[in-house]
Amino acid sequence: MSATQAARGPYSDVIRERWRRPRFRGELPGAGAVAEDVNPLCGDRVRLMLALEGERVSAARFVGDSCAICAASADVLAELVVGRSRAEALRVGAADLLAVLQADIRPTRMRCVTLPLSVLATALNGKR
Amino acid sequence: MRLDELTRPDFPILERVVNGHPLVYLDSAASSQRPRTVIEAMSQYYARSHANVHRSIHTLGEEATELYEAARDRVQRFIGAQHREEVIFTRGTTDGLSLLAETIGRTLRAGDEVLITELEHHSNIVPWQLATRDRGAVLKAVPLGDDGTLDLGAFERLITRRTRVVAFAHVSNVLGTINPVAGMCARARQAGAFSVVDGAQAAPHLSLDMCALDCDFYAFSAHKMLGPTGLGVLYGRRKVLEALEPGRGGSEMIKEVWIDRAQWNDLPWRFEPGTPPIAEAVGLSAAIEYLEKLGMDAVAEHERALTRQTLEGLAAIPGVRVYGPPASEARGAVVAFSVEGLHPHDVAALLDAEGIAVRAGHHCAMPLMRRLGVVGTSRASFSVFNSPEEVRHLLAAVGELRTAL
Repeated sequence: MSATQAARGPYSDVIRERWRRPRFRGELPGAGAVAEDVNPLCGDRVRLMLALEGERVSAARFVGDSCAICAASADVLAELVVGRSRAEALRVGAADLLAVLQADIRPTRMRCVTLPLSVLATALNGKR
Repeated sequence: MRLDELTRPDFPILERVVNGHPLVYLDSAASSQRPRTVIEAMSQYYARSHANVHRSIHTLGEEATELYEAARDRVQRFIGAQHREEVIFTRGTTDGLSLLAETIGRTLRAGDEVLITELEHHSNIVPWQLATRDRGAVLKAVPLGDDGTLDLGAFERLITRRTRVVAFAHVSNVLGTINPVAGMCARARQAGAFSVVDGAQAAPHLSLDMCALDCDFYAFSAHKMLGPTGLGVLYGRRKVLEALEPGRGGSEMIKEVWIDRAQWNDLPWRFEPGTPPIAEAVGLSAAIEYLEKLGMDAVAEHERALTRQTLEGLAAIPGVRVYGPPASEARGAVVAFSVEGLHPHDVAALLDAEGIAVRAGHHCAMPLMRRLGVVGTSRASFSVFNSPEEVRHLLAAVGELRTAL
């Protein structure tokens, strides 16, 4: 890890960019699948809204009150699930998110990365 | 000589380099660090004197018992308790408060009331929820004023003839507010209620005198006051303890046992079932000795200066908000703050990258966070080894946070 990266802790360029300029943050009126959850450790809260066309996720948005890691993770997840089938979306895991985030996340902050995943599972499994 | 110049060489952990920077440890309110004398006392105990206490009729057993009971005597002097049997060793503040809630809880009846406050740590909320819920009793909370102090007018209104317990923190672990303990305890007694004080954030920083506070119960933890984890103290006024049935059973706490009944041991062992944390008591004794050598007045003065420096420094940084009573008021050694646009966990992680350890989150005080209208805060807290230079380092790092992400 370079000196610059060390000074930023776990905040990779991707996380900083997604935190400052999220691409999928916002409401999704008429979303067919919605779920929200809280990380009891830090109070992070994420709500994920998905539009489904048949079995396919056609649009995704998130809102929430969370740390930068969690927000960036939600933003990346929203991007990854759009265009996938319900089953494919459910197969997206922490490793896929970390591959995009390119960050050195310690175990204490892993829940920040994975909270959006459990919200996604609730949203997709709760529908129908 | 400044207190930190005197003490820093005694804390081996301060030699750590974290993320390329010398460690700046500002999280003593969560758990303090230990001076070498504490680590060595425990190590010596294990290397030379360990055995089980009280019923071991051999040399090591007697040594261990002597050391364990000597720790009790030291705690008694340190907190100004009148009698040694008023000092009960527990596993920590949470354990002491739970022990009380379980024990007193058994005597609650439907309609009885337990009065807590809005600024409590979960450890002084949830045990009372469990105790009242099972008995049909009612849990009420004294609200907090906008200045970060308790609404004492509301306290007066909320305390009634139905109030059986008044439980509150001596010092808030978030706001640093120092509650008027003696007055609140006197009012509780007048109403016929037990007074229970959570002293976790007071014992490491203030000179304590149980006789002056005149509370019925006072709980604190060793690990926040330079001592080991896994040990706490529950002070209980002798008359009150004598009248209480033990809530927990096991060895040590009995005189005689039959299949269907038991006769309780004398105080304080009546409330200490099982093998106690002996090495930890030895460690706490060494920690108290260390604090007493420094002098609790000098400790309080040193930490007050650091707290004031932090409060004034943080308040001067644009976008930074500090919580709790103003710097001019008497406060505990904690400063909670938030940085506009940044989640408290990001604040803590960015400071950690500079070697600075602060706490972030809800600080186990969710009702208080709701009252403040925030998900959490970041918190710097101080101990005897912290220096004004470390505070300046914190202030400089916080000053750059808003452009860090």
